[in-house]
Amino acid sequence: MSVLTADLPVSRSLPGWAGTAALLAVAYVAVPIFGTSYLFEAILLPFLALSLAGLGLNILTGYAGQVSLGSAAFMAVGAFAAFNFNLRVESLPLIASIALAGFAAAAIGLVFGLPSLRLKGFYLAVSTLAAQFFVQWALTKFSWFSNDSASGVIDAPPLSIAGVAFEGPVGRYLFSLTVVTVLTFLAYRLVISQTGRNFIAVRDNETAARIIGVPVLKTKLLAFAISSFIIGVAGVLWAFAYLRTVEPAGFNLDRSFQILFIVIIGGLASIRGAFFGAALIVVFPLVLSRLGSFLLGDIFDSGVLDMSQRIVLGTLIILFLILEPDGLVALWDRVRKRIGTGLRRS
Amino acid sequence: MQAMNYAFGGLGSVPFPPDVQEHLAGLDARTDDGGARHAEARDSALSLSSISLSFGGVVALTDIDISVRKGEIRAIIGPNGAGKSSLINVISGVYRPDRGHVRIGKNRYQQVPTQKLARLGIARTFQNLALFKGLSVLDNVVAGRAYTVRSTFLGQIAGLGRARREEADARDRAGRILDFLHLGHVSGRLAGTLPYGLQKRVELARALVAEPDILLLDEPMAGMTATEKNEMAGFVRAARDQYGTTVVLIEHDIGVVMGLSDRIAVLDYGRKIADGTPEEIRADQRVIDAYLGVASENEDGEGI
Repeated sequence: MSVLTADLPVSRSLPGWAGTAALLAVAYVAVPIFGTSYLFEAILLPFLALSLAGLGLNILTGYAGQVSLGSAAFMAVGAFAAFNFNLRVESLPLIASIALAGFAAAAIGLVFGLPSLRLKGFYLAVSTLAAQFFVQWALTKFSWFSNDSASGVIDAPPLSIAGVAFEGPVGRYLFSLTVVTVLTFLAYRLVISQTGRNFIAVRDNETAARIIGVPVLKTKLLAFAISSFIIGVAGVLWAFAYLRTVEPAGFNLDRSFQILFIVIIGGLASIRGAFFGAALIVVFPLVLSRLGSFLLGDIFDSGVLDMSQRIVLGTLIILFLILEPDGLVALWDRVRKRIGTGLRRS
Repeated sequence: MQAMNYAFGGLGSVPFPPDVQEHLAGLDARTDDGGARHAEARDSALSLSSISLSFGGVVALTDIDISVRKGEIRAIIGPNGAGKSSLINVISGVYRPDRGHVRIGKNRYQQVPTQKLARLGIARTFQNLALFKGLSVLDNVVAGRAYTVRSTFLGQIAGLGRARREEADARDRAGRILDFLHLGHVSGRLAGTLPYGLQKRVELARALVAEPDILLLDEPMAGMTATEKNEMAGFVRAARDQYGTTVVLIEHDIGVVMGLSDRIAVLDYGRKIADGTPEEIRADQRVIDAYLGVASENEDGEGI
């Protein structure tokens, strides 16, 4: 234990916010200057949207301990709600549409969170599958949601807030980055608050939590609502800023699993975990395809790529669950600490 | 009188409305020792009246009457499987008794509402540790103030006045309790990483920080070394002396309990076989039999 405390001053030589501030400075200044359009379109925009979705799911699964397989459904609710609010309510600012979309996702999340009052673990996960299938069915079945578009695929409205248009890859990137930064900050404030502590208490020992006076039912539903709100907004970013189209097919069960993997690989109950996990999930297929075509040439076509992605990702998840259950975050912290002690010794 | 209790018990609780049952209980009390029991009713912090509990066909508790005076350390002892933990779980509302009721202060309950327990002034610890492993020791103890939180999550995110005051107050109290229990040096560590004895003490801290009127301790010294047991006994006594908390203590180890408690109830096979001061209990033949075992008892099938 004395070792632990002795190590602290090394990693805390800079105040905690300094790293975050530096990161934001790079993200806001350096990246827009030096980044290519490919970097924004193929990497950073999906990364930001998926990070936010991972963050939302992490609040529910990582902090409050409620497993959900319905994340993509809540993303879809967010995307379609934002589209419809924007379309049907005259002169509603886009930012208000996005906020309302978040609330719509929160409301749906609340409804599908009700089983959590009785079900736990695996059984709850299966019941959240209902959200996944129901939402996708409803969005396909009732063409009102997609404004009676023949193809079911609709164009997202342009992003603009208070007269400032966020156009082009850089504009959409800055828009996404701002939304993600604000929500991440709020989520951070939440998880260190009394409510965040209640989430962990319910996760770690529900009976003990109830006995010390944590309102268990309220806490679980709140976790579902807040998580769905964030995932809903992530859905808006995914559809409006990254794809620029809104369609139900993009929010299928695969996406739900993808977000769950982000949380598991990145690190449960960690804000940074969602970002680490999303980075891996987004960058890894690109690296794999480059590497594959470099090593194997023409044999490595898109079919093989798709298959090998699944195999490698599956292996990674198994490895992480066995070797590093706390995810990339724990790995990162250990490596940094080792470097820290190494520097001190030399 | 015991026989009478059983006779009425056999009829079940249905034929008698609660007030009649209470009257019957009162009759019992008067034939016992009227004056003492009446004085006790006035300053009783907690009382159990003819509690019976069974799981399917397994009878865990039969007709248990126990009263706890304000400010005393009341031990409930008994061999393994005597029903001690079941009793604590009845008091804290985790189990609903088949018959009987629990009186907390002025309120009477068939089943104690668990989610209101903290507000009723009751805190408890668990036989098998029930700490929040993912929280630091300090946060575990701060969580013990959860029942006082009035601020909403929005206020907490924004850091508004009430939320900030509540948080500061909870941290302040938790810090003082940690110092009181000599846990200050581990306050930053994750609760799950502490050695067993310390985790038990953190649980005590989490219970104490709620400033309960009644503290239920379910085997607080189980699995500890002799030194740790004495330390823990010291902390329990200090908690009572410092905060005036009434303590109900379940323990397996008869030795520690003798020195610590004001009064002791002894359970065996779900029945109360003795109740009194440590001296009385030490001299009680039935207690000695229950703990050491007597061959002759089995001949007439007693207690099997």
